[in-house]
Amino acid sequence: MSDKQDLDIGKNYEQQYGFHDPEKYVFKAKRGLTKQVVEEISWMKSEPDWMRQFRLRALEHFEKKPLPWWADLSILSQIQFDNIYYYLKPTEKESKTWEDVPADIKNTFEKLGIPEAERRFLAGVSSQYESEVVYHSIRKELADQGVLFFGMDEALKRYPELVKKYFGTVIPAADNKFSALNSATWSGGSFVYIPKGVKVAIPLQAYFRINSENMGQFERTLIIADEGSSVHYIEGCSAPVYASDSLHSAVVELIALPHSHIRYTTIQNWSKNVYNLVTKRAVAYENATVEWLDGNLGSKLTMKYPGVYLMGRKARGEVVSVAFSGKGQHQDAGAKMVHAAPETTSTILSKSISKDGGRTSYRGLVKVYPQAENVKSSVRCDALLMDDISRSDTYPTMEIDAKKVQIGHEATVSKIGEEQLFYLMSRGLKEQEATTLIVNGFFEAFAKELPLEYAVELNRLIQLEMEGSVG
Amino acid sequence: MGTPLLEITGLHVLVEGKEILKGISLSVEKGQVHALMGPNGSGKSTLSNTLMGHPKYQVTQGKILFQGEDLTALKTDARARGGIFLAFQYPTAIQGVSVANFIRTAMKARFGEKFQPKEFRKELKAAMASLGVDESFATRYVNDGFSGGEKKRHEILQMAMLKPLLAILDETDSGLDIDALRTVSEGINRLRGPSLGILLITHYQRLLNYIEPDVVHVLVDGRIVRSGGKELALELEAKGYAPYETAKTEQKETVPQ
Repeated sequence: MSDKQDLDIGKNYEQQYGFHDPEKYVFKAKRGLTKQVVEEISWMKSEPDWMRQFRLRALEHFEKKPLPWWADLSILSQIQFDNIYYYLKPTEKESKTWEDVPADIKNTFEKLGIPEAERRFLAGVSSQYESEVVYHSIRKELADQGVLFFGMDEALKRYPELVKKYFGTVIPAADNKFSALNSATWSGGSFVYIPKGVKVAIPLQAYFRINSENMGQFERTLIIADEGSSVHYIEGCSAPVYASDSLHSAVVELIALPHSHIRYTTIQNWSKNVYNLVTKRAVAYENATVEWLDGNLGSKLTMKYPGVYLMGRKARGEVVSVAFSGKGQHQDAGAKMVHAAPETTSTILSKSISKDGGRTSYRGLVKVYPQAENVKSSVRCDALLMDDISRSDTYPTMEIDAKKVQIGHEATVSKIGEEQLFYLMSRGLKEQEATTLIVNGFFEAFAKELPLEYAVELNRLIQLEMEGSVG
Repeated sequence: MGTPLLEITGLHVLVEGKEILKGISLSVEKGQVHALMGPNGSGKSTLSNTLMGHPKYQVTQGKILFQGEDLTALKTDARARGGIFLAFQYPTAIQGVSVANFIRTAMKARFGEKFQPKEFRKELKAAMASLGVDESFATRYVNDGFSGGEKKRHEILQMAMLKPLLAILDETDSGLDIDALRTVSEGINRLRGPSLGILLITHYQRLLNYIEPDVVHVLVDGRIVRSGGKELALELEAKGYAPYETAKTEQKETVPQ
């Protein structure tokens, strides 16, 4: 009943997000990664020696570590690490006010709606254009509360001791090949510190964009919520279309000190040629809560498993993730919950949709250490297949070494039903509208957690993905 | 009377290669209620699905005219926008889509520019109240965890909001207790009017105690074996379908081996 045609994501993408500016860069590093490139990055940034050493050690780990054996190597092994630019700097220094931002960069941001978004409700905007943060503002009341929200490079200059205390403590450089790569080459990203007892009422946001062919983007984010504080950080991505492949490999570390609350929201919509290989992890101390809301729509291959190490009594961790995989895409996403203290709880909800031969995987770990009694954990994965050529797999791992634990795991795979389509079409909806409604409904559990504007944007992105895909 | 609202002539329908409807003709005028009765497997649901354009049901012969226009080439959604409504016997669940969102989306599709978003909440609230449905119903997910009675009320709620010209009610009485049957029937009766034609598909006569039909048809083995007034339903109640089923058996025996 549906005459299939290829989903032309490239076309939609070009119209929606595919603009890009002529490349004007103050400094352009050479392709490939060597000790010299790493030294140059550190020198360009006038970094303290400990950071330079950190980068160089990380480079050694990167060179030694193999690609993860369990990954989708059919895609992953296509990355040519020697053919990538590891650092670009669009303008000489960070801009503090909107007026200081160069016109063509501003133009790009305006197309993305950033100034408008800021007018509406943003607490602060830290927009990453290429590898550096060029525009950065914090509303006065946040600054008055002592909240620090900077580009990572600037934070390293202003607060070297604070950065040194936490940087790389949650995700060591040697954690995996891509965290090592990021640790050696990182540039940009956000640094957030919320002082004791401060509750940030409005979400902090940052936009990221890749805008150069064969350019790696290795941003590095560190968020520290001091005792009793709370913060919601939103990361949104969109990238223009290029013919050759781009690599995005971020590291995000969250530190939730006792009784604090961090929510971290991402909707990743990289163009379909980007490798998105991201390490995200949090530590939660006594009675602290960390929530990862993670949406994956774009990229060629995403590998991302946000984790929470529950280190203190009654700490809570939650991951809600959705993935959408179309033609030529593999969303390999999941979650990691490590219970290292008693009475800790965790929840994982994973929803994925595959269509036009796309592939989704859920890869998850729940680990409970022997001393962690009275732990509760629940995992639920739902996969929806839109056709017979798409694929979904689950790879759950449970390592339970404690007694008195409650662990639940549930997984479902369903196909979009002819009866559901007929029901909706019998109410006047066109086939594509019906499919979109079903898909949006499937993602509702995720969307309802988002701020309204993001939920609307997510629905719109899904609609774009669905357009032209059914006859 | 002019052009009938619905005119079916010599309709043959195949489902998965098997002929289920074997030459049906019937005609529904505006303002009329027709009851289509028959035993299980006689083809009642096949007729309702065919009228709604389910892709699995293939019309091999005959015509379906709606307001004088041939429907057979039209897709399900186009029929719905034109004013045909099917109240499902087993409506399916749509996870994560609220009743309000669903009905709003359907109304936008049905009425296009004429849809009044500002009036919607009020209208929905009023329609729910008249069906004895709690307000919280609007925020529940479509048919997700609904009881049998809730599913049927939900179908009639949609009918009230979408204001069809032709409503096909497929076993709307099944799975209802006596109180729910009364509420649902009252809901349907309120929607009766000079511009609405109703095709009421049912196995049992009891629904017809509440909704009085103008015409009753008896469907057995893909054919309408008898049509008459409302008294026919009472006769069926007393004697059952057995006399007609015998006829069916005899017919089969006359087929050469």
